[in-house]
Amino acid sequence: MSKHLLILGGGTAGTMMANHLRRRLPTSDWQMTVVDRSEKHLYQPGFLFLPFGLYEESDIIRQTRDFIPRGVEFIQEEVEQITPESHAVTLRGGRELRYDILIVATGCRTAPEETEGMLGPKWRVNVHDFYTLDGARALREKLSNFSGGRVVIHINEMPIKCPVAPLEFTFLADTFFREQGIRDKVTLTYVTPLSGAFTKPKASKKLGHLLSDKGIELVTDFVAERVDQDHNKLVCFDGREVPYDLLVTTPTNMGSEAVRRSGLGDDLDFIPTHKSTLQSLKYSDVFVIGDATNVPASKAGSVAHFESETLADNVICFIEGQPLKEEFDGHSNCFIESGHGKALLIDFNYEFEPHEGNFPFAFGPMKLLEESRLNHLGKLAFRHVYWNVLLRAWPLPGISRQKKKPVEV
Amino acid sequence: MKKNIAGTEVDVNEEGYLTDMSQWNENIATAIAAEEGVGPLNEGHQKVIQYLRAQQAKGAALTIRSMGKSGVVTTKELYDLFPGGPLKKSSKIAGIPKPVGCI
Repeated sequence: MSKHLLILGGGTAGTMMANHLRRRLPTSDWQMTVVDRSEKHLYQPGFLFLPFGLYEESDIIRQTRDFIPRGVEFIQEEVEQITPESHAVTLRGGRELRYDILIVATGCRTAPEETEGMLGPKWRVNVHDFYTLDGARALREKLSNFSGGRVVIHINEMPIKCPVAPLEFTFLADTFFREQGIRDKVTLTYVTPLSGAFTKPKASKKLGHLLSDKGIELVTDFVAERVDQDHNKLVCFDGREVPYDLLVTTPTNMGSEAVRRSGLGDDLDFIPTHKSTLQSLKYSDVFVIGDATNVPASKAGSVAHFESETLADNVICFIEGQPLKEEFDGHSNCFIESGHGKALLIDFNYEFEPHEGNFPFAFGPMKLLEESRLNHLGKLAFRHVYWNVLLRAWPLPGISRQKKKPVEV
Repeated sequence: MKKNIAGTEVDVNEEGYLTDMSQWNENIATAIAAEEGVGPLNEGHQKVIQYLRAQQAKGAALTIRSMGKSGVVTTKELYDLFPGGPLKKSSKIAGIPKPVGCI
């Protein structure tokens, strides 16, 4: 009888794992299944561009099924309960799936209900988010009618998915309001629980000027106790207040509710995972990838991509009874929009902070930690790479899963 | 880089955070606290410091939420104990790395 590899989540990480492993596991021995609640696959980096009218929804929505390879069953249903002790997963409708190997790729979600007052009557009236399709859509509508006022971009708490996105949003908003001819009627304020917009020394030194250059006010070490929707202000635990006319918040990010129901997560429903092998710390036949883990890497698609290469090898090692590769190094790589048609490129891992230097793309080296038009074009081109290369789990030419050690410049 | 804090030579980064938490002792905590305008360190500070060091030793993520939930202190008390920057100051005094974003 054949064995069963079950993947929970058909987003970026789950889809990549299905593609990697269907190529490597013989169909005669291994049955494979992907479960996801949604039939739609969303290109989440596009949520950043949608509110400014730079992308249309048709650019960022595809059918989940179209990226699940032949020979893998796709079940569109909510996961109700994961029971690792009995190697089983129960779906919302009551169906039980048994597995020999489980890969949890259930991602993370925004949890605005975690902050007092955030989900009040003005949610999506003048309190917005852009980390969901609905949120990005509503914010686009809001921005199209916005004539001026105090715009506050806020991070509620770390960790968040795509940690630089709120800053990118701030830079793009600066450009957007300039193009609308109303920048002088808008104040932009960036509110963070961290000690700065940039917290790592090299990036801070190199990029710290970007905010003041663009006239963006910075409020740091701010942990919101509540959103006071009656008076349109954010209130910090230490009593500080930040008034807004338009709040663009990044709510607390948490893991999947199925993880919580199953009691498998930490305080934020992220699953304790070995940071180099991606095996569950508790169950040897359970692996975790992407935003669902608690590993101290960024929650980002590039991280899921690098993880997927190591995890595919490790699933094979596990099946063959070989030791797992302690290989994943926290490698992350992303384009950061800095406004005015420019972007930065950063590359880092657990050990090395983002640094300057060259990045070896197949078509020629790109500069790291430096604004350029080419990087912006790279970010736009990346959408096609995502649909056609990344999700299909084809290697990105010239880009290794482990970060190359920075060369001192 | 090396720095002499309270008579002990320790390894610190550019911002004065200890890079090896095992080099920490209570005199170092007192000295860093004074530099940061925190203190004198009382029982409340000590509870937070011990909690942070225990979490860090376990490799667990340090968030204000987890501290609040752990029952050590409420977030409000944390701001009272470490005014101006509860996480960055308490981490520095506890001899563990500063909470950071990715850049």
